Parts: sequence; C-alpha cells; structure tokens
Amino acid sequence: MINAVITQIPVPKDIPLPLPLPEWILVAILIFSFLLHILFINLMVGGSILTFWYEWKGLKNKDHDKLAREIAATITVNKSLAVVLGVAPLLSINVLYTLYFYSSNALTGNMWISIVPWVSVAFLLIYLHKYSWDKLAENKTLHLSILALGVFSFLMIPFIFLTNINLMLFPEKWGEVQGFFSALTLPNVFPRYFHFITACLAITGVFLAVYFGRKSYNTESKFEHITKADLQKSMLTLALAATGFQFIFGPLLFLTLPTKGVTWGLFWVILAGVTVAVIILLQLWKMIKQNETIGRRFYLILGLFTILVAFMGTGRHMYRESALKTHKTMMAERTAAHWEAVKKAHENVLMPSVQTGEGTISPGEALFKNNCAVCHAANTRLVGPSMAEAAPVYDGNIEGLKQWIKKPGRKRMDYPAMTGFPNLSEQQLTDISNFVLQKDWN
Amino acid sequence: MDFPLFHLDFMGNRLLVAIIAILHVVINHSLAVGFAPLVTFLEFRGYQKKQVSPEEGAAWDETARKLLFTAFIITTTVGALTGVGIWFAASLANPASLGSLIRVFYFAWFTEWIIFVLEVVFIMIYFLTWKRSNENPKRKRKHILFGLWLSIFSWLTMAIIVAILGFMMDPGSWINHKTLFSGFTNPIYFPQLIFRTPIAMMMAGCIALLITAYILKRGNPYRPGLLKHISFWILLWTPVAAAGAFIYYWFIPRSMIGNLPVALGTQQFQDWYDSLLTVMIVVVSIGFAVSILGTFAPRRLPKHLLFIPVVASILFLGTFERLREFIRKPYVIGDYMYANGILVEEYPLYQQTGLLKNSPYSSVSEITDANRLKAGEEVFNLACTRCHTTHGVNSVVNRFERMYGTENPLNVEAMKVYMKSMHNVRYYMPPFPGNDMELDALAWYIQHQQAEPKPLEGPQIKGVDVKEIKY
Ligand code: HEC
Ligand code: HEC
Repeated sequence: MINAVITQIPVPKDIPLPLPLPEWILVAILIFSFLLHILFINLMVGGSILTFWYEWKGLKNKDHDKLAREIAATITVNKSLAVVLGVAPLLSINVLYTLYFYSSNALTGNMWISIVPWVSVAFLLIYLHKYSWDKLAENKTLHLSILALGVFSFLMIPFIFLTNINLMLFPEKWGEVQGFFSALTLPNVFPRYFHFITACLAITGVFLAVYFGRKSYNTESKFEHITKADLQKSMLTLALAATGFQFIFGPLLFLTLPTKGVTWGLFWVILAGVTVAVIILLQLWKMIKQNETIGRRFYLILGLFTILVAFMGTGRHMYRESALKTHKTMMAERTAAHWEAVKKAHENVLMPSVQTGEGTISPGEALFKNNCAVCHAANTRLVGPSMAEAAPVYDGNIEGLKQWIKKPGRKRMDYPAMTGFPNLSEQQLTDISNFVLQKDWN
Repeated sequence: MDFPLFHLDFMGNRLLVAIIAILHVVINHSLAVGFAPLVTFLEFRGYQKKQVSPEEGAAWDETARKLLFTAFIITTTVGALTGVGIWFAASLANPASLGSLIRVFYFAWFTEWIIFVLEVVFIMIYFLTWKRSNENPKRKRKHILFGLWLSIFSWLTMAIIVAILGFMMDPGSWINHKTLFSGFTNPIYFPQLIFRTPIAMMMAGCIALLITAYILKRGNPYRPGLLKHISFWILLWTPVAAAGAFIYYWFIPRSMIGNLPVALGTQQFQDWYDSLLTVMIVVVSIGFAVSILGTFAPRRLPKHLLFIPVVASILFLGTFERLREFIRKPYVIGDYMYANGILVEEYPLYQQTGLLKNSPYSSVSEITDANRLKAGEEVFNLACTRCHTTHGVNSVVNRFERMYGTENPLNVEAMKVYMKSMHNVRYYMPPFPGNDMELDALAWYIQHQQAEPKPLEGPQIKGVDVKEIKY
C-alpha cells in the first residue's frame, strides 16, 4: 500500500472492465487520431484568423478581399473534418483515461457542455459569413463583425479543452478547484494555449502555400495584382514566423510544466523535436530567400513537419503517462482492495447471523412489506390510509380485498389513486389478504 | 461514486441529455437519413424533366439544391455537434455508465465513427459539386449516383446506431453474451429499424414540404408540381410508417415485459406505452392528412399549417426516445449497473458499510448528529441526483409532497419506509444503495429541504470535498 502523503488526493476505484484492446494499440490510435484531428482544428482556427486579417485589409485593397474569400472557402470544409475526426480521439481518451477525463469534465462541467451550443453557433456564423459575402458587400462592418464573432469563439473554445486536458493530469488539485475559471488559472494552461494558437498559424501557412501553389490553381483569373509567387511567399513567411515564435512559447511551456511528470525520456524526445524544428526553420528560410516554388525542398519540409508533430505528440503522451503513474498505481490498489471488500460483503449476506433477527415471517407479511408498506402504515396516514382504517372495510370479505388489490377503485377523494397489482398471482393475493385481515392493526 | 458528480439543480441532468439527444435524433433522421434519398429523388426527377422542358428541370434542380443546402448547414453544425454532445452530456450525467459502455462498445462506436466520417465526406462532396454537375448531363448522372451512395451510407449509420441501442436496452444480453453481435440479433432490432426508416422518410418529407412552400413564391409555375411530388413521397411512406409503428408496438412488450420483474413495473410501463400509441396514431394521421391534401390539391396547401406535421413528428420521436430510456431504468446496463452508477454487485458492500465511507468525494465518513444534514446532502448527491433535483425538474421534495400532501411537514419515518423499498413500488428507481444511518440522514435532509429550500450546487460550481480512504 502506498501511503498517500498528501491527504487531498482523491483515490477513486477504476472501472472493473477490461480495455477493449491492448493498451498500446489504444495509445497508438489516440496519438494518431488526435494529431489528425488537431491538424484540421489548426487549419480551421488559422484559416479563420487569416480570413479576418485579409478581409480587413481588403477594405482598402480589393485583391485582399478576394483572397480572404478564397481562404474562407477552405474553413467550412476543414471545420467539418475537424469535428468528425475528433470523435476517434475522444473515444480513445474516454477509454484510456476514463477516471481522469470525466472527473475534470465534471469539475468544469458548465463550460464543458457549453462547447456544444457554442461551437454550433460559431459554425453557423462562419457559414453566414461565407454565404453573405455578396449580399453584405455594401455593409462590410456587419460582415466583418459576423466573422469577428466566429473568430473570437474559435479563439476562446480551445481554452475549455486545454483546461480540461490539463486538469485531468492533476488529481491533487481536484479538491481545490471551484469551477472552470479556477481550473483555467492552474499553471501551464496559458503557455499551452499560446503554443497552440501559434501552431495554428504555422500549419495554416504551410497548408495555404500548397493550396495556392498547386498547378490547377489559377491566380490570374482571380486576382488583379497578386501573383502565385506573392501568395506562396506570404504563406511561407507566415509559417516561418510562427515556427520561430514557437522557440519562445515552447520553452515557456516546458518550463512551466509541473515537475511531477518531467522525465529524462521526455526531455530527449522534446529536444529531438526542437532539433527538427531548427532544420525546418533553416529550410523555410532558404526557400523564401530563393523564391522557390513547391518542389523537392518543400516536400522535405512537409516530411520534417510530420516528424516534428510526431515527436511533440509522443512527448505529450509521455508527460501524461508519467504525471499519472503514481496515481494510477494507487487507484489499482484501491480497486483491488475494494473488490475484496465486495466479496466479503457478499459472504456476510449469506451468513445467517447477519440476517435480521426478526425470526421467520409469513409469506403474506413479506409480500405486504415489499408491496404495500410504502403506502400503508398501521396507524398513520402515508400515501394511503392507515391499515387500521382500511382493513376493517373488508372484514369477512377476502374476495373483495383481493379484487381491490388487483384493480383498485377510487374512494377517498383527498387521497391519490392506489396503483393496482395485476401481476400478483392468485396465491400471493390470498396470502396478502389473509395477512391484512388477520393482523390486529391497532 | 468514483467521479465528482456534475449536477444541474434546476433542469436536472436527464433533461440536459434528453434535449441534446432528441435534437440529434431528429436532425439525423430527418435531415440526413431522410433527406438524402428525397433530394436525390427530386434531383433525378429534375434531370428527367430537363429532357422535355429545360426550364422546369432547372427549377426542380435548384429547389433540390436549396433543400440540400438547408440540410447541409444544419447537419454539419447543430447535427454534428449534438452528436458529439450526447457523449459530453452523457459522460457528465452518468460518468460511470458511459465509461463502462465505452469499454463494451468500443468497436461498435469505432465502426460507427468510420461510417460517420464517410457520410460527412460524401455530403460535402455531394453538396459542393452540385453546381458543377450542371455543366453537362454526364456529370449530372454521376452526381445523382453519388446521391444514392450518400443515401445508403446515411442509412447504414442509423442501422448501426439502432443495433447499439438495442443492445444496450436488452437487459441481460450483454452479461450473457458479451458480444456486439447480439445487438444485431436482438429481438427488437428489426422492428426498430423497420419503424425508424419510414419515420425518417416521412419527417424528411414534412420538412421539405415546409421549406419548399416557403422558398417558392405562390405564383411560381413549378410550385404546385414540387409540392405535389413531396406530398406524394410522404403519402407513400405513411402506410409503411404505420405498419412499422405497429410492428414495433407489437414487439416491445413481448420482449420487454418479461424483463420487468416487479408487478408495478409492468403497470407503469403500460401507462407510458398507452401514451405512445396515442401519439403514434395522431402523428401518422396528421402526416396522412397533409400528404393527401398536398397530393390532390397542392395549390390549396396553407403554408403556415405545414409547421404542424413537422412539430408533431418531432414530438413523436421525443416520446419514442423517452420510452426507450424508460425501459432501460432502473439499469443503465441491464442487470449490471443501476442508473445511479452503482454496480449491482457492489450493493451489499454499500448497504452494509455505507456509501459515504467508500466515496473519495465526500467529507463525511461517520454520521453524527452534528453532520447529519451535510451527510444527507451527500447521500442525496450519490443516490438520487442522477434522476432528481432538490426543487427543480423531478424535484424530490415535490415528489414526496405529491405523495404525502403538504398539510403537514414531510414525515421522516414515513420517507424512510418509502425509500427502503422504493425499488419495489417504483420499479424504475434503483434500490436505496446505502446503510440505515444514511437512509436516516437522507430523510432528514429532504425534510430540511422542504422547510428551508436551498439549491444544491454541483461540483462544476462549488468544487468537491476530497477525503483519503483507508484501503
Ligand atoms: C402507491 C401507494 C400504494 C400502494 C403501494 C398500496 N396502496 Fe393501498 N391505497 C393507497 C391509496 C392512495 C388508497 C386510497 C385510495 C382511495 O380511497 O381512492 C389505498 C387504499 C387501500 C385500501 C382501502 C380500500 C377501500 O376499499 O377503502 C386497502 C385495503 C389497501 N389500500 C390495501 C393495500 C394493499 C394490501 C397493498 C399491497 C398489495 C396496497 N394497498 C398498496 C395507496 C397504496
Ligand atoms: C433511475 C433514476 C432515479 C433514481 C436514481 C431515483 N429516482 Fe426517484 N423517481 C424517478 C422517476 C423517473 C420518478 C417518477 C417521476 C414521475 O412520476 O414523473 C421518481 C419518483 C420518485 C418519487 C415519487 C414516487 C411516487 O410514488 O410517486 C419519490 C418519493 C422519489 N422518486 C424519491 C427518490 C429518492 C429519495 C431517490 C434517491 C434515494 C430516488 N428517488 C432515486 C427516478 C429515479
């Protein structure tokens, strides 16, 4: 038994069912599907920020308005994929971290459930914005405000997820937090947030470089001045700048991680990721400087990004595992002890000494206790009249009583109706009735 | 017990789950399962008409596209989010049960998810390529074929969900077989499917009728033709829906009543069941009346009246889903876990040693006179809040007052007797899970709540008490 040194750690029991798959497979599914999900989330958030930016600049320069519209077209597709792809990691985290995830959900419950209406409304706003571009061409303020509301939502909602995912790692804090906002202020939520938003911009930059750079994309027919090279250059520059900023937010995140889960293994994995990031920066820099179009170097960068993301995803998982390791062991021990106790309790039930010392009771009395006593007491009114009042009605009329029990009528209008017992057998009815009529209720 | 228990003291957790789930089912059935074939059908008719009269064909095509547009917007926002929302809400309302279900049904849900992804991809392609498909007939034919695929996938998603639901509803099946397959061989699987499919088609028709009546102006020459076609679609499905409803109605009790071991359970079931029958008849008749009018006199269809069948069918599905929930009570997983999140197997332990002692989220271990009300509150939280509130929806105080009247303050002894055997009198409630001291504390708490009403905030507002448990 591990002594819980700090008394404030809740140690619940685990769910006594086996995992549906070996744990490592579930972990692999979790990491992979989560990264896929977050990729589209990144594109959705980054895309909407860029749309706002260009539409804003488009007030002066028509080309930018057109560019904003082109980017807006990608958001609605990416957001649909982001949602459906979120189900698999949600399922997997639910199975792997049931106790942790649900506890932190409950502790921030109001905000957590508000995700459903809030994201729905944000999506509706994004559609409204997309499909009212021509209608509101003369009222740009309104059009931009709609988008601003959507973007604002996209910027706020990640806080809810990050707060949850963070809170679940610290059972020792569960007794302290009071609602979402106090959980939000736990260390590490804000660094995670900035790391995430910056990643959105970096990934979106790379994505749009491909999107606008593809052969079938014709810039001449769409813009007056902007060329394909311009577009690619701006998008790659965005990716470069955002990745550069991660060298501030990344270390900040790492340094604010509560030490309980930091291990050397984690350190090396993160360091490997950082090394890849440095190479990416160099390659992006070269590409921009030499005005290269999409080609060998770009595919190299894509590959490096994938490796980077895989390292970061793995690091994230390693931290989670080591942060929860002690608690998981404690929980496993408590669960085992609990099931021992359950077994003992079952044995106690079987032992006659524990059974109530009331002696044997007639079948009629047992039936009465189970079915009637809830509503009828001997001398006081409960739901129904007292038995002292009700039993004499059927003195010498056992058939009448049986009939009443089976299918009661309506008599006392200041009482509710009695429910009938059509399913009692003839024998059971006789037993109850005999008991009722023979007992002295006074 | 093992989770901080999210609690909404006004609306109650069940209502929260119900609202999200019913919204999702309505959107899924009508706008995905039903709309896909209906829109494809209208698009196909438009294509045929184009051969004779290009203008009329184009009008039909455009109407079909607008219908799909509505469905597309709603399914990919509110529809998708309520789908995920069911998880969120259910895991808040009953974390122990969802946590267990997810372990049992992981593969089912995973399969479901893959089909769901395909469905979303298909609907995006179908919608986003619509305008381009009008460039030439070959493209159009491909597009229509695509609509057919979309219809099949939407339907498959539903077919799988129904299997999962059937599996969860059948008490005991999981304990005995522990395989997902038993969901498909469940005796009420096919009745449910036979019933849900035509209802989805009918609902889609009702909604399409409403939208079409509003988007096409009264003078539009193609309006009557379109309204007539959609009405006819509803008319075709109405008898199938009626038959499906009847089959379902006929099957449920035969496979369910046997599983209600207590006499009163059957009695209460009967009441709900009768209300379902009434609703079924009313809704099918309304659908029938509107479709007859629309088929034979499309010009006379009053458009505001078209809200009625839509609202009626939503109410209908709502009642239906409620019945399904009811049948599952008092268990969330048949014979394995009660709706309060406590396992059947754990009952003896808690009844002997007490709930509070075993809960890490309660500050009380031993009940004394000083902490009796606090203990009562925590017992209430563990044993009753999954279904009751203090003073809101399904308020426990109000329920007792309804039984005992309000002339006198609630009687502690009477409530104790009631709660001790509440499972026997009201089958849908699980037996009281704690020991006698806790029963006493709970009764005092309820009495106190009647005297001095005070809302019980959930942990999402006031946090949780934590204590160390000896093991
Ligand atoms: C849900 C609460 C409830 C339960 C359970 C219940 N009763 Fe009643 N009972 C009532 C009520 C309320 C009345 C008064 C009905 C009236 O007068 O309209 C009543 C009336 C009666 C009467 C008086 C009938 C008369 O003709 O005046 C008898 C006798 C009786 N119950 C016996 C029983 C027996 C035996 C059982 C168990 C098999 C039982 N009750 C179970 C609520 C209940
Ligand atoms: C599975 C969910 C569930 C749980 C858990 C539950 N109840 Fe109920 N209870 C119900 C439902 C449903 C009703 C019926 C409400 C109605 O009539 O609409 C009900 C009704 C009642 C009634 C009125 C019964 C009558 O005869 O009219 C009382 C009293 C009551 N509950 C008390 C409790 C107490 C005390 C607890 C906790 C120890 C509890 N319930 C736990 C679901 C539950």
